[in-house]
Amino acid sequence: MSPVQTGAPPVEETPSPTRSLKWRAIAAPVLRNKSAMVAVGILSFFVFLAVFGDLLIAGDPKAKVGDIFEPPSREFWLGTDGGGASMVDLLIAGARVSLLIGFCAAAISAIIGGTVGILSGFFGGKTDTVLMRTTDYFLVIPDVPLIIVIAALFGRSTWNIIVIIGIIYWTFTARLLRAQTKSVRERVYVQRARALGAGNSRLVVRHILPQVTPLLVANTVLLIAYAIFAETFITFLGLGDPATISWGSLIENAFKDDAIINNAWWAVIPPGVCVMLVVLACTIIGQTMEDALNPRLRTGHLSVRRFRVLRPKEQQES
Amino acid sequence: MRGTDYVVKRVLFALGTVFVAITLNFVLFRSISGDAVSALRCRQCTQEFKEYQRRTLGLDKSKWEQYKIYLGDLAQGDMGRSLRTEEPVTSILWEPLKTTVPMVALGTLFAIVFGVGTGVVAAWRRGTATDKATLWGGLGFYSMPPQWLGLVIVLFIAGWLGLPTSGVKDPTLGILSDPGFVEVLVDRLEHMILPALTLGLVLFGEYTLIVRSAMLETLGEDYILTSRAKGLKNWSTVWKHGFRNAMLPVITLVALSLGFVIGGAITVEYVFSYPGIGLLVVEAIDQRDYPVLQAAFLLLTFSVILFNLVADLLYFKLDPRVTE
Repeated sequence: MSPVQTGAPPVEETPSPTRSLKWRAIAAPVLRNKSAMVAVGILSFFVFLAVFGDLLIAGDPKAKVGDIFEPPSREFWLGTDGGGASMVDLLIAGARVSLLIGFCAAAISAIIGGTVGILSGFFGGKTDTVLMRTTDYFLVIPDVPLIIVIAALFGRSTWNIIVIIGIIYWTFTARLLRAQTKSVRERVYVQRARALGAGNSRLVVRHILPQVTPLLVANTVLLIAYAIFAETFITFLGLGDPATISWGSLIENAFKDDAIINNAWWAVIPPGVCVMLVVLACTIIGQTMEDALNPRLRTGHLSVRRFRVLRPKEQQES
Repeated sequence: MRGTDYVVKRVLFALGTVFVAITLNFVLFRSISGDAVSALRCRQCTQEFKEYQRRTLGLDKSKWEQYKIYLGDLAQGDMGRSLRTEEPVTSILWEPLKTTVPMVALGTLFAIVFGVGTGVVAAWRRGTATDKATLWGGLGFYSMPPQWLGLVIVLFIAGWLGLPTSGVKDPTLGILSDPGFVEVLVDRLEHMILPALTLGLVLFGEYTLIVRSAMLETLGEDYILTSRAKGLKNWSTVWKHGFRNAMLPVITLVALSLGFVIGGAITVEYVFSYPGIGLLVVEAIDQRDYPVLQAAFLLLTFSVILFNLVADLLYFKLDPRVTE
């Protein structure tokens, strides 16, 4: 048996008659996979913290409540930072901004990338050439330096950072969606709908979109990881919003306040671990979904920035 | 003649990207509120000094005029002067570049050697404990912010290894005696190891995952089954039939991850106060010295475009079937 085959049947073989969104098709592989379920648990935990964090923190998380760099104790589970604020409170407050940036930036990327990809794949011809050429140019221009430069010029507020990250990370999504759209467009039912006189907008909204959305969702989950990562870069270079607390800014503060010289590992380790856990969780969930959707699409050799993480059990034998 | 077509196409594409990057560089830096000079931060930057800089930069001319001047200067290799020190930017970039390249090369080499090694072994022994350890180890390093890993290494490992954690050379070296070549080399290497290791480990995570999945895919192909059926030894199946084919996508991936390598290098150099391009970028951002930032951005972008082109051509050399 070859690893090409995946547990779930490829989308092509089961065009559902109603062509409704196949949420179940996305959810099922995640539910079936133990690691993916753990990842969902981790992500839910942090989302919970981000949403209900206010209830867990008494007052301003930045307030000086103890000595500077107090080691972990009964009172401060993870000690205090260089300003004497409780690390636990800071981490909870940071979850909100980090996840907000991650989710919103990923959403922007998904919207831009999805639109470009679907239009390009659906219309083909000149539209395709122009859009894909543009995408390819931006695919090669190194993303992180570009983000840093734009942030240095326009940054500072959380919303600016979200937009900056969002408008950079759409290229791969566009490539992927274009390839998927091209394959869906050729399917018989789409051809039939066209023959019956369905207009372009109806074809895209009713027939193409439901088929490509699961892949877009999987891709967006992966983008969340990228966006959270990018935020730590921007903030670490002092380009974040100085008034807000994010995991990136906690790493920056630990560095700036000489946590290293004070040997205050508790101020350094936890924010990085939080970033790691969320990035890991998003990567695993996104990969599991993509694997199940099995888009073995040739998206051009330029854009194979991909690795498969968890393969369904049956493939590992063979 | 398809081969020549392909090469010409890739070169043209690279040139197109260079042009896009150059234009982007112009547009971005001209569309900030105020102008390139007003945000400048330094001690001697008085109002008169800023006015003077505005005139020398030609900021009083129209945008189109400025763009033409910018392109003309660039064609002559003139990237402008630092707003702060008035030194030509090209000479400012030179020293840091010489410092950065060996460090990044060392880190990348480390990542490629170990990433490919463990990736291949993991795919070969798929499903075993070795595979799982590689997978989770790779995922772990892949999801660590490089600057954070740098801090962790300084906290826990640097002292234990007795390696320096900042700068590029020992300032006391050469004061009392004239150091020999070997001594200087060892000193430089010692300063290079930790930043290179940090960068290398994060990249290692990505590479090992990519190699593993490329190998898994290749090992599932029919010709692998055929070679097994022919009675070839395991090792030669994996090496000759699997590895060589799996390396094709890996080349492209390594080239594509360069954007990330450079981003990582910027933050890692900042953590280790390693005076390379990354630290220069951080300083330029801090002082709002835009010509330096612009030039550094162009330099980084050009190098990535160049490596992508090299990867494309290498890919073609190894697999002539590729045509876009």
